[in-house]
Amino acid sequence: MNTIYYLIQNMLPVAMPLLLVALGGMFSEIGGVVNIALEGIMLFGAFFGALFVLIVQGSGMDPQTVLLLGMLVAAVAGVIYSLLLSFAAVNMKADQVITGTSLNMLIPAAILLFSKMFLFSDGVTTNMNFYIREIPVLGKIPVLGPMFFQKTYLTVFIGVVLLIISVIIFYKTKFGLRLRACGEHPHAADSVGINVYKMRYAGTCISGILGGIGGFFYSVGVMDGNVNGHTGVAGFGFLALAVMIFGQWKPMKILFASLFFAFLRTLAYSVALIPFLNNLGINQTFYKMMPYLATMVVLAFTSKKSRAPKAEGVPYDKSQR
Amino acid sequence: MQDKNSTLKKNRFDFKSIRNMVGLSSFSSALMAIILGLVFGFLVMLLAKPGSALAGFQNVVFGGFNRIGDVFYYATPILMTGLAVGFAFKMGLFNIGASGQYTMGMFFSLYVGFMWDLPSSIHWIVAVLAGMIGGMLWGFMPGIFKALLNVNEVITSIMFNYIGMYLVDMLIQGSSVMYVSNKTRTNYLPSEVQIPSLGIPGSNVNLGIILAIIIAIILYIVLQKTTFGYELKATGINKYASEYAGMKGKRNIIITMVIAGGLAGLGGAFAILAPSAIAGSSMTYEPINIIAANGFNGIAVALLGNSHPIGTILSAVFISHIQRGGTLASLVGYKPEIIDVVVAVIIYFSAFASIMNTTVANFFKNHLRKKQKASDNSIEEAE
Repeated sequence: MNTIYYLIQNMLPVAMPLLLVALGGMFSEIGGVVNIALEGIMLFGAFFGALFVLIVQGSGMDPQTVLLLGMLVAAVAGVIYSLLLSFAAVNMKADQVITGTSLNMLIPAAILLFSKMFLFSDGVTTNMNFYIREIPVLGKIPVLGPMFFQKTYLTVFIGVVLLIISVIIFYKTKFGLRLRACGEHPHAADSVGINVYKMRYAGTCISGILGGIGGFFYSVGVMDGNVNGHTGVAGFGFLALAVMIFGQWKPMKILFASLFFAFLRTLAYSVALIPFLNNLGINQTFYKMMPYLATMVVLAFTSKKSRAPKAEGVPYDKSQR
Repeated sequence: MQDKNSTLKKNRFDFKSIRNMVGLSSFSSALMAIILGLVFGFLVMLLAKPGSALAGFQNVVFGGFNRIGDVFYYATPILMTGLAVGFAFKMGLFNIGASGQYTMGMFFSLYVGFMWDLPSSIHWIVAVLAGMIGGMLWGFMPGIFKALLNVNEVITSIMFNYIGMYLVDMLIQGSSVMYVSNKTRTNYLPSEVQIPSLGIPGSNVNLGIILAIIIAIILYIVLQKTTFGYELKATGINKYASEYAGMKGKRNIIITMVIAGGLAGLGGAFAILAPSAIAGSSMTYEPINIIAANGFNGIAVALLGNSHPIGTILSAVFISHIQRGGTLASLVGYKPEIIDVVVAVIIYFSAFASIMNTTVANFFKNHLRKKQKASDNSIEEAE
């Protein structure tokens, strides 16, 4: 039982960045912009979030308040960075995959450059403790308490709130419906008076917010509040894209997909603690490979009936028919 | 009067013919992206350390000329990965997996180099070919996933980057012949497996660059002069039309990805089999769970070279040149990462440089037309 508690406690902080970033990718893609730049947006958000934590960590603020403020900083940073993508994709009608790739390449280099010149390290190292040992009252509930309310991070709960908000925006608002129209058939959307350019900007901005927050949550929940320019976010932006495809561009399915991947990853990094797996004597690197291998297997089975937005990746041109 | 008129007409003709030349237009848009990227780099340098910005920038732009040998040495692997990305791009496939293919190529070459006992005259050739096969294998995967299962090749090749990297690290760390655990690196290769050096003093440049350029030229011929090359380009321009015309799209996807993988694998082989400047030693691989940067640099090279094999040669040499300049810029207090920033900005701009290029060209065209009208008017008045 303790092993199960341990796995769940460690899985949730890993699942949250994946979930949020995949939701971000979803909002961008249902609007019609392919967001390969998620990895870069995450790292950009994480970097500014961590930088904020580094600046305020001496001032004696409550860690959870710092986390909330850092989250806001990361969200703003994510939006700013995503504007570079939407400008190229919407206004300049550039190839979205190329632009995204260049944005992914820019950030690790910029972080390394900045950190090496001004912080004399390979990234931002903070020593703030965001870890929650036990939430008062709720942590005492049998079974559920140790599963969800002990040894966790605030990020898990914020993630759930953001998921609920995303579901409401996606299914219950005029905006969500319009955004989806822009990704499926932008010309039809335009003909009924929806401004496709604005909607695509909005979709990408939401992905910037969620991507930035997701990046910061990665640095809090996985990297202990640090950001490193060399490893970045370890391909989580790309994994999130796979999660999004696996989740068929639907919020709740994305939740389960991200839990699945987070579980595999947690398993890979805690092999030494699970006697059964440890006794098998398989190289630990093999387990690290598992999430990626599983992605491929899952995609192989789900992609045939892929429900990708029809107009994704195609720049919208008013004069085209 | 007559003379003036004819020269004017001549001018007009020249201008039109220049604008119609596709190669030149993509060249000028690449040039524009490069200039914008360098200006951005200069601004970053100015912000980071105003005092030595000029000296640093000079190093970046001109520093490479002092180390021509090294420029070509470092251009070899990124030329190959650039060809790998560009070749697939001609067919409309975005081969972001060049890193994985490159790493796989490296591993296969290392394996043949260490484990096989071959006559010394052909050992390095076999090792190079093994690298190509390794890359082909890793290019085949995204190809087959795309062709048969309709999985987006971008996601597949990214996943296979990670799988390949972890796999190679695992296999290398597991072999006591290849891996020296107290140096956390692979052992030096025996000298007969190393690619012959070109013998330029103070530099590691070797036969690899010449082979790479020959391969680029062969690719150019394949693309321009063969049915396969034609089908490949046709599929890239319009998938449905080419399918309708009876071209086997699925088969071509797999072949293209296998060739692209092979090219990246050759890049890995050229990189790892290179002799180092220190006598008797060779390049080594360090399994530290990081994806090979040369694969991503290949994307930059291919995009800057407009996926054209000859353009790729030029852009590989250019990027290698400013990378050497970047390492020199660290003499005045900057970090080599400045070049990665510049390269990323160059790609960002090159993604829409062609649009900007047309805008600028139109601007000049209008400007010229106005001028011409004005001069025409003045001519008429004079008459």
